[in-house]
Amino acid sequence: MSKGGMRKQFVLTVESLLEKNPELSLLLGDIGVFGFKEAFKKYSDRVLNIGILEQSTIGVAAGMAKNGLIPIVHTIAPFLVERAFEQIKTDFCYQNLGGNFVTVGASYDYAALGCTHHCPGDIELLQTLPRMQIVVPGTSEELDQLFRETYSNGSPTYFRLSERENPISHPVKFGKAQVLKRGSEATFVVVGPALKNLWPLIQSFDATVLYYTTVAPFDRETLKKNAVSSKFILFEPSYEGGLSREISQAMEMRAHSISTIGVPRKFLTNYGTAEEQDQALQLSTDALKNRIEKILDSKVLDSRHEADLNKSPEVVQ
Amino acid sequence: MKLDSQSKLRALRRKMIEVASSAKEGHLPSSLSILDLLWVLYSEILQIDPKNPTAHNRDRFILSKGHASLGLYAVLSEFGFFDVSELSTFGKFSSRLGGHPDTTKVPGAEASTGSLGHGFPMAVGAALAMKIQKNPAKVFCIVGDGECNEGSIWESALIATHHKLDNLTCIVDFNHSTDRALQLGDLVKKFESFGWNAISINGHDHEEIRSAFTQSEKPLAIIAETIKGYGCKSLENNPSWHHRSPSSEEVEGLIKELR
Repeated sequence: MSKGGMRKQFVLTVESLLEKNPELSLLLGDIGVFGFKEAFKKYSDRVLNIGILEQSTIGVAAGMAKNGLIPIVHTIAPFLVERAFEQIKTDFCYQNLGGNFVTVGASYDYAALGCTHHCPGDIELLQTLPRMQIVVPGTSEELDQLFRETYSNGSPTYFRLSERENPISHPVKFGKAQVLKRGSEATFVVVGPALKNLWPLIQSFDATVLYYTTVAPFDRETLKKNAVSSKFILFEPSYEGGLSREISQAMEMRAHSISTIGVPRKFLTNYGTAEEQDQALQLSTDALKNRIEKILDSKVLDSRHEADLNKSPEVVQ
Repeated sequence: MKLDSQSKLRALRRKMIEVASSAKEGHLPSSLSILDLLWVLYSEILQIDPKNPTAHNRDRFILSKGHASLGLYAVLSEFGFFDVSELSTFGKFSSRLGGHPDTTKVPGAEASTGSLGHGFPMAVGAALAMKIQKNPAKVFCIVGDGECNEGSIWESALIATHHKLDNLTCIVDFNHSTDRALQLGDLVKKFESFGWNAISINGHDHEEIRSAFTQSEKPLAIIAETIKGYGCKSLENNPSWHHRSPSSEEVEGLIKELR
């Protein structure tokens, strides 16, 4: 694992691939320039600090991809995903071009910089795009593995780098979920770095824990095969509930309930650190413990209960 | 203009009117606005082989103002990228030829465009790719004047200058149709101030168009003064025709008006 976290690992991984693959090119949105200083010297023709113009950068990258290169575009999450969303959709996904979009500043990693630099909606937004691959590594080592496996597969791929990493790496594989633990009371679906604060609790609950570092395409098979009981708790590092639809579709025709734990849909107008935001959002390890206990203690209403409720005059409108 | 070019262009205009009418789709005036530009490009400038439209060393042409697709399809079919008979499928459910070009379907369409301000950045990316790959091919792009409202056009113009993309030519179809919304002023001066060489021409004069494609040490902008709907009097500078297809009763009258 790189000591400098995922950002340093990204540099190391890309530097080694630039050497191997003459088609690989890197466009930086005027960030990470110091980190890539050696690459700038060695590959000055295809490692470019393209500037702060995200919409055009994606279009330029698409023009490069259409003509035989494998572009990587790197900048801060909201500026790439949200500002240039239509370019990602039209220039890459619609035209069936391969390229890599690598961001820093996941969710509220840049807590103190305020809402303009937060991006908890990236995953859910990109999930709307056909052909888009979404990779959410939980550690530097996982990033290295997933990037090498995916970067040249001809599809547009989003890599969501996080400042905070899980305590250990898992043997991840693109498009596959890992079964971290087996239990019987519920199924925990955990995405990338959402495992970090959950990790100290993982043995405390009688749950099967499925770990996802690829969000799209979503591995429904592992979910279907390993789901226990009808109760799911979804742990996401982004807006909560983003993967509910995938779980529901995987569990089609099987009774299930999904509780979601992730970033609530509101502007986070406080500053401070990401850890302080965790506390405020009930996402710290202590808060998670209480929330999980409450969910596991609650009963899932079955269809008969629903029918009873519908008869109640308070409920019937 | 050579006589055979004139008669061929008249035949293309006629075909475009018939196709738009039968499909009940198409941006006819925008397509007619660029027809002369496309004709000179495909007949005299672009180094391309219609039988091998993905050849490594081919020149690339991107129609950034994708709503003028009917003009592009007419010219591509005329030059043998696909059979002329396919034009009659325009806009139909299973056709390859949609209201905006789809690069995954149409031979010779180098980008899927439609949303304005997307094709030109891709052209800049293509020109950059040619430089990186030491490919001598050139890249040409037509953008609309309305499209020049988009910030991505000017962002990409900066990138082209910074990376010395002397293999790139941007042609602005300056038919002034969006002057009513946003005045663009002197586009030659604007491109020059962005570090390009720029020239203004009559976009319907084939000799002027031909002469404009000069080798330059900088990216080249050709500001083509055009008439939207050129070649068919009722359509010329008539905003009501922007996205209207002629009824079957109107077709004959429009054809009679053709230059």
